[in-house]
Amino acid sequence: MSELLGLKTELLRTIPYLAMLVPLALTALIAAGVRVWGKAAPWISLIGPLVAVGVGAASLAKGSSGAFVWISSGSSVLQLGWRTDGLSAIMLLVVGVVASCVIVFSVGYMHGERGYVRYFAILSLFTAAMCGLVIAGDLIGLFIGWELVGACSFLLIGFWYDKPSAADAARKAFLVTRVGDAAMLVGMAILYNATGTLEIRPLLALTPTLAPGLVTAAAICVLLGAVGKSAQFPLHIWLPDAMEGPTPVSALIHAATMVAAGVFLVVRMWTLFALSSQASTLALVLGTVTALGAALVALTQTDIKKVLAYSTISQLGFMFAALGVGAWTVAIFHLVTHAAFKALLFLTSGSVIHGTGTQDMREMGDLRRSMPLTTTAWIVGGLALAGIPPLAGFFSKDAVVSSVLHAAPLAGVALLLASLLTGAYVARATRLAFFGTSRAAHPAHESGATMLVPLAVLAVGAMGLGFAGPAIAHVFGDKSEALSLGLAALAVGIALVGAAGGWWFAGDAGAIEGAFTGTGARAWAFVRSGYEIDSLVATLVLAPLSAIARALDAMGDRVLVDGAAEGSASLARRAGDALSALQTGDVQWYGALIAAGVIIMLAATVWLVK
Amino acid sequence: MNSLILACTLVSIGIYGVLTRKELVAVLASIEVMLGGAQLLLAAYVAGTGAAAGSAQGITILVLSVGGAEAAVGLALLVALVRRGRTRTDQIEEVRG
Repeated sequence: MSELLGLKTELLRTIPYLAMLVPLALTALIAAGVRVWGKAAPWISLIGPLVAVGVGAASLAKGSSGAFVWISSGSSVLQLGWRTDGLSAIMLLVVGVVASCVIVFSVGYMHGERGYVRYFAILSLFTAAMCGLVIAGDLIGLFIGWELVGACSFLLIGFWYDKPSAADAARKAFLVTRVGDAAMLVGMAILYNATGTLEIRPLLALTPTLAPGLVTAAAICVLLGAVGKSAQFPLHIWLPDAMEGPTPVSALIHAATMVAAGVFLVVRMWTLFALSSQASTLALVLGTVTALGAALVALTQTDIKKVLAYSTISQLGFMFAALGVGAWTVAIFHLVTHAAFKALLFLTSGSVIHGTGTQDMREMGDLRRSMPLTTTAWIVGGLALAGIPPLAGFFSKDAVVSSVLHAAPLAGVALLLASLLTGAYVARATRLAFFGTSRAAHPAHESGATMLVPLAVLAVGAMGLGFAGPAIAHVFGDKSEALSLGLAALAVGIALVGAAGGWWFAGDAGAIEGAFTGTGARAWAFVRSGYEIDSLVATLVLAPLSAIARALDAMGDRVLVDGAAEGSASLARRAGDALSALQTGDVQWYGALIAAGVIIMLAATVWLVK
Repeated sequence: MNSLILACTLVSIGIYGVLTRKELVAVLASIEVMLGGAQLLLAAYVAGTGAAAGSAQGITILVLSVGGAEAAVGLALLVALVRRGRTRTDQIEEVRG
């Protein structure tokens, strides 16, 4: 009886795993009935994120951890374990809530699309992978989730796979993040080699005993993995292209959850990361450069989703800068608020795209009349993003800026400048799309209830989550710093100045930027292309790689592989030709051969026996 | 011993004939020669070892009658083939299952 009870408590302890297993099972269920489910698919897949929310809320009160052995070979043991603590609980809540909103929103947005059921199956798989990632107690389990979310991202960016640009974008996202993933794998190998375990807690406990050089190498490798996933410079180039996917996917994967996994990873490995000042400095530099650079690019975009994509890159840069100065609770705070308001903005842009049939802000204008509710949602999200009190972004961004300003004044000033640009691009996009005169070819229409309800839920988050800062700090046993009024006033002032500039700039449907000539026009085009980083990568990385590939193809493939394959084929053919001469069909020839064989065998027997 | 050598010679001649002659009649005759060698071997064995006369002779007679039956079947096949104008081994091409 006591054994039975023991088993029962053991099972109860594994409940956190349901957050991953339920969506995984739902994926299988949906995929098994692709032709059956039809309109029921979204509601089936909705169960997964709701379970994640439940598990997250439960783990907030009481965490648990455990593991089972996956592979055991000699003295090396690979475990798959889970560990729910405050960090996983917060991530589970973010993932669950945003995924639920996105699934409900997609009911209307994806209505009538080919591959409707497939879409929800992949969303469900993504939920499973993301939950698996955040509750993993081992690096190996974390890495499996990490790769699976990447695979889902690939599948969803390329959802309209018969469109060449979408297929290309999917491949690009997969390959670029792969660079970071490879670095992360190297980091894991270094850590396993040094500590003999991949279980996160014992591993982190051992890191202070390791050689500093080793720690730095491992920390930088892990950081590079995070940089690839979170689209930080110079591995950010996949995220703008990832906008080829359906807009709700951009909201879920490329704004709120997957791209934030990099920040989560660094926080998860914080003990390791804090030991290496080089890795911290690298995070600070990359984060600051990304925050500032991407904000400037966002100012020049005309595609509403591209504005949000560069904005996401920029905001993730804020989080990395916070990580770089050691303010990881602040980074998580900004991650949470950003998930709410950026998912809101993306879903709003989805509603706009659904209502107008275009993503180009030059073809919008005056949407506030035809889409009033969507416009309200956008303005809430935009104000939160720009950091206007009392919306969410104000608190978290202010916390980030003040932490960075204390530790590294130069980077802090750069972030303030990025805040200025943030205000500017938000105001510009708002005026271009929602105000001014209508330039639409077709009259826009407001979206339906399934699309507006998720907007409302996220808008509440974007308005209220700013006050969750002390609660989040409490979860981590940290004290939240009191808001410094002077800095807050300065930040808000800067954001307002930026917004005013951006508003002015977007006047007359962007005529000002169109009037640039000479150097001004060239500079504008340079920034708009994302500083030509794509073509730089094409020249510096892709061209040599393709040259090597072609050379290998010519040498290795054509000569060696084809040679071996075709050589053996031709050998077989020639041997066949030669041997077929024996097959004359003449009975007497066969008889003669048989007789010869008998004679040879007899002779051999006689010779051997003698 | 002499009859052993004679039997071997007969079988060898038969094999040679089967393998080299193209005429169906000659092939059949060669097979009969081989069979004769085998029967001779059997008879010589019975005579040489003095095995129990009844059963050994019985087996010899049995083999002789099997040889006769085989010759009859072979000749019947031969006649059938000759009626279709096939008198040589290399002309038999369509006797497929």
